Amino acid sequence: MPKLLGLRCRECGAEYPLQATHVCEMCFGPLDAVYDYASLKKVVTRERIESGPKSIWRYRDLLPVEESTPVVTLGEGFTPLVKADRLGHQLGLRNLYLKNDSMNPTNSFKDRVVSVAISWARSQGFETMACASTGNLANAVAAYSARAGLECFVFIPVDLEPQKVVSIGVFDPNLVAVRGTYDDVNRLCSQLVESTPWAFCNINIRPFYAEGSKTLTFETAEQLGWKLPDEIIIPVASGCQFVRHRQAVRELIDFGLVRGDSVPALTGAQALGCSPVYNAFKSDEPEKVMPVKPNTIARSIAIGNPSDGIYVNRIALETGGVVEAVTEEEIVDAMRLLARTEGIFTETAGGVTIGVLTKLARAGRWRGDETVVAYVTGHGLKTADVLASANGHGRRVEIDPTLKSFREKVNL
Amino acid sequence: MPRFRIPGPLRRLSNGEITVEVGGADLGSAIVALDERYPGFRDRLLDDKGDLRQFVNVYLNDEDVRLGSGLSEKVKEGDEISIVPAVAGG
Ligand SMILES: Cc1ncc(COP(=O)(O)O)c(C=O)c1O
Ligand SMILES: [Zn+2]
Repeated sequence: MPKLLGLRCRECGAEYPLQATHVCEMCFGPLDAVYDYASLKKVVTRERIESGPKSIWRYRDLLPVEESTPVVTLGEGFTPLVKADRLGHQLGLRNLYLKNDSMNPTNSFKDRVVSVAISWARSQGFETMACASTGNLANAVAAYSARAGLECFVFIPVDLEPQKVVSIGVFDPNLVAVRGTYDDVNRLCSQLVESTPWAFCNINIRPFYAEGSKTLTFETAEQLGWKLPDEIIIPVASGCQFVRHRQAVRELIDFGLVRGDSVPALTGAQALGCSPVYNAFKSDEPEKVMPVKPNTIARSIAIGNPSDGIYVNRIALETGGVVEAVTEEEIVDAMRLLARTEGIFTETAGGVTIGVLTKLARAGRWRGDETVVAYVTGHGLKTADVLASANGHGRRVEIDPTLKSFREKVNL
Repeated sequence: MPRFRIPGPLRRLSNGEITVEVGGADLGSAIVALDERYPGFRDRLLDDKGDLRQFVNVYLNDEDVRLGSGLSEKVKEGDEISIVPAVAGG
């Protein structure tokens, strides 16, 4: 029995067969994968999940890939959830946890979504994978396409960080650098999708791709001993993953996998240099998200026209979360603070998440005993230049190879 | 006259035409003209208040009209107006 029933429009409820489409023909609303929950509820248990592989595929029952489909995997997911006592101490949080998703095969959370997307696409006979990317997605798509032996076209803004371009290029994809912003790249790909036989991870096969994000929240709950935290801080670009985290919480509760039924506050983090969702959240009309021209070092999340922005605000309000934003300086400070206190080097997007966590903590959002989890979604080496240009060498001294020089220059 | 580029999901309305030339001095009136030619477009593109629907992006010569003056954006001969479903990316 297949567990996937079809696709359904999030806005008007129109139903569609399983296929590579992402928008409703009636209302242009987003399509979501629909599962046979009744049958799944009979099989999904904590024990069944715990006996699965140490990767996202332990949650396979709740992913849009049938049992008989071979998956394309590099061991993504099941990343460390670390209790952050030193950072927590600085912020007045006794139960702060970091989900370190920079530990994925290509060092960002995108490996989760891409492993799912490419497994689905290959099973449907697609021969070429593609995506519009701010860098991390292209990195994952290039790596997983190489792994699967599929053709690959990745589209990125021309001025992406050089470190990202290198770590995409090594997998030898067709790398198309577009003279424009991510939003230009996305618009171009949205038009291209109609005339190519390609699986664009975040366009025509987006309903399947998006589902992979749920595993971040499934793992968090499992690693907390099958409990949901009180609040989760999530970086927001398109808002795609934020929306799936709400769905993951719903499934964890509905399937009885977690104790209790209280829904964590879901809080979104943006950079002020590209904060269309935050701008709307602060306004009288949180569901009217107006596009902006991005200008921030947090390139991974620099999406000026976020497709799921209105849902992010709806969910933040529904769950008691907020959407907050931080300055460029706060991003870099947060990257350093996280590294200094917890030994984790995150990219600028992680700086946004930790920056927002810090800002909210200092503004007195928490009493101190709440369980708060921050999703650290990408590795620091991807955006190392922002530190190099901001005196990133820390307490560096240069000496001659003599004891005298050491004693002169290093104050013990 | 400006030219609309119609996305796949809306081509049933335009009898399969990918591009449609219409009159109009601004984007709003061009949409009205498009709807007169192929009824149904107005409803798909605009909400009850007459604003662009949330899930529709419209680009005038590849620039997002929401970053400019929206429906009052001036259009002229040779301009290309692309309608693109907004739910993509990320
Ligand atoms: C490191 C990192 N974090 C967060 C995000 C945000 O994801 P979403 O577009 O689903 O909001 C991205 C998106 O590219 C990313 O690269
Ligand atoms: Zn619909």
